[in-house]
Amino acid sequence: MSSAVATPAPEVEIPSIPLAEIAPWALFFGLLGTLVLFFISADQGAVSIPAGTAIHEWVHDGRHLLGYPCH
Amino acid sequence: MTARSFLVRGLLVGLLAGLASFLVAYTVGEPHVDTAISLEESAPAGAAEADDGHTHSHADDGEAEEGVTEVSRGTQRTWGLLTGTLAVGVALGGIVGLLAAATVGRLGRLTPRQSTATVSAIGFTSFALVPFLKYPSTPPAVGSGDTIGDRTAWYFGLVLLSVVVAVLATLVAVRLAETYGAFTGVVGGAGLYVAAMAVTVLLLPTVNEVGSFPADTLWYFRLSSLLTLATLWTVIGVGLTGVVGRLHERSVAVQARRELAASL
Repeated sequence: MSSAVATPAPEVEIPSIPLAEIAPWALFFGLLGTLVLFFISADQGAVSIPAGTAIHEWVHDGRHLLGYPCH
Repeated sequence: MTARSFLVRGLLVGLLAGLASFLVAYTVGEPHVDTAISLEESAPAGAAEADDGHTHSHADDGEAEEGVTEVSRGTQRTWGLLTGTLAVGVALGGIVGLLAAATVGRLGRLTPRQSTATVSAIGFTSFALVPFLKYPSTPPAVGSGDTIGDRTAWYFGLVLLSVVVAVLATLVAVRLAETYGAFTGVVGGAGLYVAAMAVTVLLLPTVNEVGSFPADTLWYFRLSSLLTLATLWTVIGVGLTGVVGRLHERSVAVQARRELAASL
């Protein structure tokens, strides 16, 4: 398994992914992920988009147990 | 190894992490949520908290305010909880996956497997553990509806600051390691993060709205909450480290075959 640790390989080239290639993925998914986190963790608490309590009520227990301020 | 291959793996591992943390939250955490809600309902009106703007669901509440949607406890503690953990798991899994993609080959001489494990550990510490230590989770019946705006702002402000400081500290650690070696780099970066967050946490206001809520229920609730977060991040970290390692090994094998073919 961990042969990389056992054998001293001094000059193993570790490839990196160009940041320019990651940027569009990071931008798109970063926004999407943040939006999802917002709706699960904070919406209809301090800020309400849309108005009402449906989302808050539905994810209520998850909000408490995942450590977000709920009410 | 591409950004896409990391994102897809992160999302799948995140889905698994969401499921695992649901199982932990449901079995370990829900009994204490139920206890807290029964305390909340049996408390004399206005004794524990002023019940204004407080939209917590009570299945047997007669009053139907306008715009207030009721979800039964049975649904909240099963499908509602599952929705929350799965969505947070997938979102965090994807984000950690992309961060792992960005750090491969850029954290000193760490292998892809090692750098992915490092990213996950930093993610858990900065995004979940440190904010929890300053603003621990509260069970239903603890927390006034009047302060939800302030508490939300402080909590997410701390999360944002913690993540930003963690990223900066990691960059400092990498720089230090190039010149002074790995030990100095890691100690310098970690020390910078701890010092900066210690000052931040001391400056931020403390919230104490526990009142006469029973200490044992509060303790067990918070413990189960931390366990839920730890499960989420452990599955993301271990899972992603495993699949990124395999991804790297496969790309190394393909590279070796290409070189062999070219040498023939």
